[in-house]
Amino acid sequence: MQGEPRDGRIVVVGASLAGLRAAETLRDEGFAGSLTLIGEEPHPPYDRPPLSKQVLLGKAPADRVGLPRRRPVDAEWRLGVRATGLDPVGKQVLLADGEKVPFDRLLIATGTRARPWPKPAEAALDGVFTLRTCEDAGRLAERLDAGPGRVLVIGAGFTGSEIASACRERGLAVTVAERGPAPLVGALGGTLGALAAKLQRAHGVDLRCGVTVTALEGDGRLTGAQFSDGTRIDADVAVVALGAVRNTEWLAESGLAAGPRGVTCDAGCRAFDMYGIVTDDIFAAGDVARFPHPLFEYQLLSLEHWGNAVAQAEVAAHNMVNPGPLRRPHLTVPAFWSSQFGLNIKSVGVPTFSDQVVIAQGSLKDARLVAVYGYRGRVTAAVSVNQAKALEYYQRLIETAAPFPPAQGAADQIESPAPVPSDVPDPKMLSHGPTVALTGHLPDRRLTLVQPAR
Amino acid sequence: MNVVVDLNRCQGYAQCAFLAPRVFTMHGEEALLYTPAVPEEQQEAVLRAAAACPVQAILVGEEAGADAG
Repeated sequence: MQGEPRDGRIVVVGASLAGLRAAETLRDEGFAGSLTLIGEEPHPPYDRPPLSKQVLLGKAPADRVGLPRRRPVDAEWRLGVRATGLDPVGKQVLLADGEKVPFDRLLIATGTRARPWPKPAEAALDGVFTLRTCEDAGRLAERLDAGPGRVLVIGAGFTGSEIASACRERGLAVTVAERGPAPLVGALGGTLGALAAKLQRAHGVDLRCGVTVTALEGDGRLTGAQFSDGTRIDADVAVVALGAVRNTEWLAESGLAAGPRGVTCDAGCRAFDMYGIVTDDIFAAGDVARFPHPLFEYQLLSLEHWGNAVAQAEVAAHNMVNPGPLRRPHLTVPAFWSSQFGLNIKSVGVPTFSDQVVIAQGSLKDARLVAVYGYRGRVTAAVSVNQAKALEYYQRLIETAAPFPPAQGAADQIESPAPVPSDVPDPKMLSHGPTVALTGHLPDRRLTLVQPAR
Repeated sequence: MNVVVDLNRCQGYAQCAFLAPRVFTMHGEEALLYTPAVPEEQQEAVLRAAAACPVQAILVGEEAGADAG
């Protein structure tokens, strides 16, 4: 690192959760130089998880989801302008308006965007939506208010499932189409995927698994959809929930190790260049980062998780203003939550990094349980359904690589104590792609992120 | 004033839903929904709720970047 670590110019590209928390941490750690945040969206940072829940339920307006700040941040905010390029030698960020912003150190926190419907003419039909930004959520909520005859949700990952849940809660007819064998199966495996399927059907969702949507029909306005099994439905709203695309195109000429899987960085959030040499002035955090995690055999993880954006931003910011020996690794155990169909689902660890799963507490029948995942005889993840208080215990088992299956505790009677295969499908089988991508390589498994064919 | 709940940390104790029911509501048995932008007359109740959270999962503060140019 050149010069004084607490001086100079820091530029943060990406003004959402990770960018904000990084900026706050930089100032907390005594960074006294100039700080610039660049954001493509015209808004100050806002909270995305409510968009598929409170906002779609009509309980919070889409334009009132701002994030609270932890502290005042003395920074220049450049909002509503996209970064289009990075010159790593001249050390400047190029903006869409032609301006060049020089930096001494750079944080890349450009996150992801919704994967669009692959056929542009169909995607342009009135009534076809994606859900990523607050504008997306506002438009969709307004359309749901109007009482459509049927909503089609394409992709049954977490976002798609939460959208379907909100629609059913509003009393709207919903069809969910998923190419994989069950909802949530890509993140949680076969056992909880089967539970999710049962739950959706019990709540009146017309759930269709193992099919793809082959055409969205309409003349200006969406009227229906055709499926790969030859059936069709009438629908006046379709929400494309096909997962996310990492915002790395602007780095294509930068010489960094950046691509569809994210920006590869080391455990200290420092970006690698395309030759695998670590930079010392460019850092990455949040959904766009791809980093090695020691609990998961140093495979590169890309996590689309709220908690990871916060934790990784804090580590990146700390390391941007501290010399080598004082730097920290990003070791946080991955965690996320989802609420849908009246259930609270929480996860710690990486459920897709597993070969077996056991219901350690509670039961599938009552939809109140903790599922514990193991890989080659050690605990790697746990997922609770309406049993959040139990999760902390299993997090410790993950952190200490405790043996799998875990010893029976006093907590609950066990419905079926025998582990079963966790049945995590190849992500290419899913409509929506993974929200946790193990993008390293395990020779005996095919858990690499495959880009769906266009 | 805005609020965000770290729902990784939240364990559904529902103290906030008792103390500031117009901002925090339980959705089902365990899931929490909240209104990110806190109405002025609810601010005191929200501060009490944040202080009372057994796992300290509630962050309250001025809206981030509200002063952004």
